[in-house]
Amino acid sequence: MNKTLLTLALAALLAACSSPVKLNEVPVEDKAATQVAAPPADAPAPQARSAVASIDARPLASVDAGPVGVLKVIYFDYDSFAIKPEFQAVVEKHAAYIKQDNKRRIAVEGHTDERGGREYNLALGQKRSEAVRKALNLLGVSDAQIEAVSFGKEKPAAAGSSEEAFAKNRRAEIAYK
Amino acid sequence: MINPPLSDRFFSLISKLLTLAGLLLGLVALPSWAQFRVEVSGVGLTQMPIAIAVMRGEENAPQKISTIVQADLERSGQFRGNALMLAMDELTRPDFSVFKQKGDEALLTGSITKLADGRYDVRFRLWDLVRGQDLGGQSYATPVGDLRMIAHRISDFIYEKLTGERGVFSTRIAYVTKLGGRFSLWVADADGENAQAALTSPEPIISPNWSPSGHELAYVSFEARKPVVYVHDVASGKRRVAANFKGNNSSPAWSPDGRSLAVTLSRDGGSQIYLIPAQGGEPRRLTQSASIDTEPVFYPDGSALYFVSDRGGSPQIYRMPTMGGPAQRVTFAGNYNISPAISPDGRWMAYIARINGQFKLQVMDLRAETNQSITDTGPDERPSFSPNGRLIVYSTQLQGREALMTSTVDGRIKARLAGQNGDIREPHWGPFLKH
Repeated sequence: MNKTLLTLALAALLAACSSPVKLNEVPVEDKAATQVAAPPADAPAPQARSAVASIDARPLASVDAGPVGVLKVIYFDYDSFAIKPEFQAVVEKHAAYIKQDNKRRIAVEGHTDERGGREYNLALGQKRSEAVRKALNLLGVSDAQIEAVSFGKEKPAAAGSSEEAFAKNRRAEIAYK
Repeated sequence: MINPPLSDRFFSLISKLLTLAGLLLGLVALPSWAQFRVEVSGVGLTQMPIAIAVMRGEENAPQKISTIVQADLERSGQFRGNALMLAMDELTRPDFSVFKQKGDEALLTGSITKLADGRYDVRFRLWDLVRGQDLGGQSYATPVGDLRMIAHRISDFIYEKLTGERGVFSTRIAYVTKLGGRFSLWVADADGENAQAALTSPEPIISPNWSPSGHELAYVSFEARKPVVYVHDVASGKRRVAANFKGNNSSPAWSPDGRSLAVTLSRDGGSQIYLIPAQGGEPRRLTQSASIDTEPVFYPDGSALYFVSDRGGSPQIYRMPTMGGPAQRVTFAGNYNISPAISPDGRWMAYIARINGQFKLQVMDLRAETNQSITDTGPDERPSFSPNGRLIVYSTQLQGREALMTSTVDGRIKARLAGQNGDIREPHWGPFLKH
């Protein structure tokens, strides 16, 4: 019963503090976390010492829809981080859009297929997002407007273990903030 | 003496017979909806037979302590449990000549009684049947929510008295599940039971890593739509951002003294390994390569880091001094070796190797530099040693579903851990806890 109350209190608190996690050069304490409510003072029976308090994270909403009608995904060959010629135009259109307004921000999110370890694939996905970031740099987009990140194999676009699914998952996605 | 209900004893006999049959056949192939939680397979060279009596009062208690203890001892690979079909309390003296004939070498007896304030009084005694000696016992007054924990402490007592080594049954394991698009980070007992969620999220969670104190978990959460490292106090739910630099922040590993975290950051381009103070602060870069360096883990004395690098063209495991210095390659077989874990005594390294396209758990003897494959399943991921160095927990696939398994370091005895619904992955074995 206590755990339910605590969970509800935490959920309500987190719903109220729904701002995205701040990006810092030096990590600071997450203020929302330190405001977590203490367990209720009127606990009836003796508390179990092995209790675990729960946090429920909320999804973020995005703000900018990006250039109309332009693909936001770039696909890659197996074991490759090279942007294929057929995607060059896509990169150019995004570069043009971002440069129109220096307040525009994007995240380039790199992904891999499901084969291999999670952390190593996180790093491989990063090579894909950084390839797109560098291509945008060459077209004049400032690094202040781009953050290259990776999801590794954690967010496949296509389920399954076929070559088709693998090909759809080896990608970099452009997300406008 | 109270007679236990026939249905319970019948159930226990069937369970015992199935486990025995499974051990003889070498594999227990039980359907996933089976009520029998412990699926132990394999035969060890030396398994001490131990008789386990029903505890007086157990049939009315919310937890069947003798059953939990038996499952613990069998999962260690070092015991073969013989469930007795009668209750014996801690004051009952066994007839040693009768037990000697049956071949059991030890006996557990005990009782569980509800107290006026709602707590439970749990008592037990361990007998050495070979020498006819009382090995002692304990008594506990405990809230109902801690009954499973008390059962595990009894298992620890028995394990330590009979093997001379510290038991891991009171330790905890963290792991992640994915179900219907939601991800959860769980903290469970070492048998996979009693899982409680520390975090639920619509975005992935990976790489949980226990602090040496056992009170905090570092992990990577994608709830900010990028990988960020958090440090999370499990009991209170208070957490803080440990690393949120530009780009990726991942692969946290606590130093053995609890003062630092090794992490992988992409803030300077590429994926490189840094050391950050556990309380937060400026990172110090440890690797200087143009390749991927990731998955740092500390050698138990803190003097070195093992990590994965593809600086040689494909991912291999290397070792470098924590304070900086040249890296030495550790794995040479095959072209894909990742996810190192070092045993607490520094002797063994568990890791994942891609062999003929399959990802398989390997154990390397770091002194002899020999290694062997220890699983028949796959793909295997993310091995982690128990704090007494005797067992490895890892994730694998069974019948097309992700599952957590433990194995003895030699691969002989394996057990599947009870788990949640959905896919289950990313286990990390927590440390010994101070009581």
